[in-house]
Amino acid sequence: MTPRFVLGRIGFYTLIAVLLAFFTVPLLWLVTAPFTSDPTYEVRMPDFTWENFQAVVEHPYALPSLWNSLVLSVGTALLVVVLAALAAYALSRVRLPGRDALLYALLLLSSIVTGTAAMVPLFQLAVELNLIDSQLGLILILSGGLLPAAIFMLKDFVDSTPQSYEESARVFGASPLQIVRHVVVPLVRPGLATIAVWAVANVWGNFLMPYLLLSDVEKQPAAVITYTLYTEGGQANLRMLSTFGLLYSVPVVLMYLFVSKKYGFRFHGGIKR
Amino acid sequence: MAAIELRGLTKVYPGGVKALDALDLVIPDGEFFALLGPSGCGKTTLLRTIAGLEAATGGSVLIGERDVTGTQPGGRDVAMVFQDYALFPHMDVTDNIAYPLRIKKVPKGTRRDKAAEVGARLGLEHLMDRRPGQLSGGQQQRVALARVMATQAQAFLFDEPLSNLDARLRLEARTFLKKLQRELGVTTVFVTHDQAEALAMADRMAVMEAGHIRQIGTPAEVFRRPANTFVAAFIGSTPMNLLDGTVRGDTLEVAGCKVAVPASAQGRLRDGETIVYGVRPEYMAYSAGPAEGALGGKVAIVENLGASHLVTLDVGEVIVQAVVPEGDEPAVGDDGYALPRRDRALVYRDGELVG
Amino acid sequence: MAQAISPPEALGEDKRGRGAGYSSDAAGLGRLRAGAFVAPALLLIAAFLVFPALWVLYLGLTNYRLTGAAAAEPSFVGLDNFTGAVADPGFWNSTWLTVQFVLGSAVIGQVVLGFTIAWLLRDRRGPLKRLVEGLVILAWILPSAVVSFLWVALLDRDGGTLNALLGIPGFPWLLDHPMLSIVIFNTWRGTAFSMMLYGAALGNVPPSHLESARLAGASGWQQLRDVVFPHIRGHILTNLLLISLWTFNDFSPFLLTAGGPDGRSEVLAVHVYKVALQSGELGHGAAVSTIILLINLVVAVFYLRLLRSKS
Repeated sequence: MTPRFVLGRIGFYTLIAVLLAFFTVPLLWLVTAPFTSDPTYEVRMPDFTWENFQAVVEHPYALPSLWNSLVLSVGTALLVVVLAALAAYALSRVRLPGRDALLYALLLLSSIVTGTAAMVPLFQLAVELNLIDSQLGLILILSGGLLPAAIFMLKDFVDSTPQSYEESARVFGASPLQIVRHVVVPLVRPGLATIAVWAVANVWGNFLMPYLLLSDVEKQPAAVITYTLYTEGGQANLRMLSTFGLLYSVPVVLMYLFVSKKYGFRFHGGIKR
Repeated sequence: MAAIELRGLTKVYPGGVKALDALDLVIPDGEFFALLGPSGCGKTTLLRTIAGLEAATGGSVLIGERDVTGTQPGGRDVAMVFQDYALFPHMDVTDNIAYPLRIKKVPKGTRRDKAAEVGARLGLEHLMDRRPGQLSGGQQQRVALARVMATQAQAFLFDEPLSNLDARLRLEARTFLKKLQRELGVTTVFVTHDQAEALAMADRMAVMEAGHIRQIGTPAEVFRRPANTFVAAFIGSTPMNLLDGTVRGDTLEVAGCKVAVPASAQGRLRDGETIVYGVRPEYMAYSAGPAEGALGGKVAIVENLGASHLVTLDVGEVIVQAVVPEGDEPAVGDDGYALPRRDRALVYRDGELVG
Repeated sequence: MAQAISPPEALGEDKRGRGAGYSSDAAGLGRLRAGAFVAPALLLIAAFLVFPALWVLYLGLTNYRLTGAAAAEPSFVGLDNFTGAVADPGFWNSTWLTVQFVLGSAVIGQVVLGFTIAWLLRDRRGPLKRLVEGLVILAWILPSAVVSFLWVALLDRDGGTLNALLGIPGFPWLLDHPMLSIVIFNTWRGTAFSMMLYGAALGNVPPSHLESARLAGASGWQQLRDVVFPHIRGHILTNLLLISLWTFNDFSPFLLTAGGPDGRSEVLAVHVYKVALQSGELGHGAAVSTIILLINLVVAVFYLRLLRSKS
């Protein structure tokens, strides 16, 4: 063991330790404060109390907001999955005129029209058309935003599925709709599941759109309620924030674990192309 | 049971690529017919056009005397086995085999019974509840075959049926398929790029190149009398010797040696014209000592083929190969003489067979 | 569509003629049905993505306000909003802050940190790798409202963990160093994407290349420079563009500092919000939004060009 090697090892582990600390420290509060009676900003050993959770349950807007988040996420995911699947299948298998231009435009659109860029027109239109406080309206808007990327990802998936299954069924006499029902849908189920989870994860954490377009507290999702908890009414309610924040975070973490276990979901950051 | 007929069948892709060029072909009822050729020759396109998965640009396809050129793929009463078998992964073997019957709205009980019957015929009884992913390559192939058999279609189309099996299995499957087709008596067209496979299995075959059919015939005809130099070079596990030569009166001067004019070309050659002389290494008699009408040279390479050897001779500036039975093989550097069989040698003029 | 009399050579697929009269896609859907499949998605996209993008252009040319006379009857003011925005020092302040934000947290922060972690863990498979990656990814997937508050808690002047660790209680990070705070925050938040991207890219470097270099005596640094960087060069640029685009549009600084104190961390996304929705000047806000759209467009086109030239 040369000195150089030992130094290298020490350097490596030091760096890793620093990185671990950097990523762990901000998270500590989230796992200690909810279980501490009368929590402060300090990170301390918790005394394992459930009273904070009780406070969350008793809070008039906390749990309902989780339900709202669920409604928005699942609603958007359903809409996105169905519409994107239909579009992706058609675009993958049939040579429609202008297909390549359309795909390029979709990609461009989804990168350009972000929440930040669209907040003004969307807000103004919602006010004008009296659509503020419409959960359905919000679902439609969120779906519109997620669809281009979803179509892209699903089309990629369908492209890599061999056509021989569909052709085989066709030669056996199945009609196109029968083929889609019997053969295509079962084959692309993993892709659909991935898109559904991706959509849910996206909407679950989305702050800007609901903040903008939902003013009724009873309709607001957890993202907005969390923000409200620390910006309205003087002192931040640390008991609620920590505990509610934890409850709000758990589903997304569980989803990620589930998907990565089942499908080995590793998002390659676009390298796969 | 039906014959398949192609009249002037043409397929042009957008962009102008001519995959099939005015093909005429008649496959009689019950025949096991091979479409053979290198990749890109159009054999798979032809198969898919017969099935209807590709729309013909011109000409017509008749199945059982019925013009099906404008008919959808599902309405032609043909069944197809794809190269990857296309067994639906989410259905078990029974449902896979029964699928065509399901489309035909056969009631569930009847179609499951039929599937079981066909499955048993192919030895699949104990696999009927499994998913395709749980089957071996050979088993998957049999399920795919059972599926087409269940349709009782007029004609079967196989796209490279053996290429997904490993080498040992392939030979067994060849025999199995040939026997099955004979029993069923259904007109079958199969595509392959492996000439040995086509020769072994087919009743008749078409050798294709770049969208054209270069020869139609029985395996024996195609092997012994290839109609042109393309087919001559393509067919045969050991490449045919194709040597440039000149006609000199009643002999041929090939690679600096004098050989006899083959029986088939007798009386059809003009003195002084350039021709290509073709003879298979298997049709050469080899001797260490000089012989009249033989091609002589020095042994360059000896390859062991098992029960025989492939001897490569340097004759002048060209190489001549001959298959030599075991025990007679020479050593590298020896002199060697390969005497072509007069009744098996061929002459080609401008690429086409003479005689 | 060509009629039945066209010569065979001129016909393509799907055209009526002596050839077949049906569609040859795998399931036989045909163009009409395929169009029907695509239509609903396109409709939604047109209504909620395309239309707002076009509408914002129109809004930018009016004097629309949320309240007051102009709310009821907006009038067309031409390019006044745009000239106004360009003349507004607040706009330039925000732009400059956004540049710092993007450079600091994306170009430098996330890329360097992401690559470093990917490089350090490149050859390891075990629990350490899973732990580090898991924590980094956790930072990315937790909801933005929650992580924003976690950092508010971390940086709290009296009780925050950072001051406790550094031993400097009472130091007001968010008040005295708002930009630094949001830059570090965003770096922490977004590193996961770059880490995974570079991890995949490094995995694609053929081990035989690295081994050849090692056998030739190259040190770790030299291997990095001579074998790794040439292989991943293309990915670096596309990664940079993508995360810059995302960071440029990121609204989460709002959750941390609300643009304050006194607009000292008011990146463009927050600026638009303040101008349009808090001050109610929708026309002005729309003009700034249009500028943001244009910048997005330029970056996105550049990014797509690069992607195309790679494939």
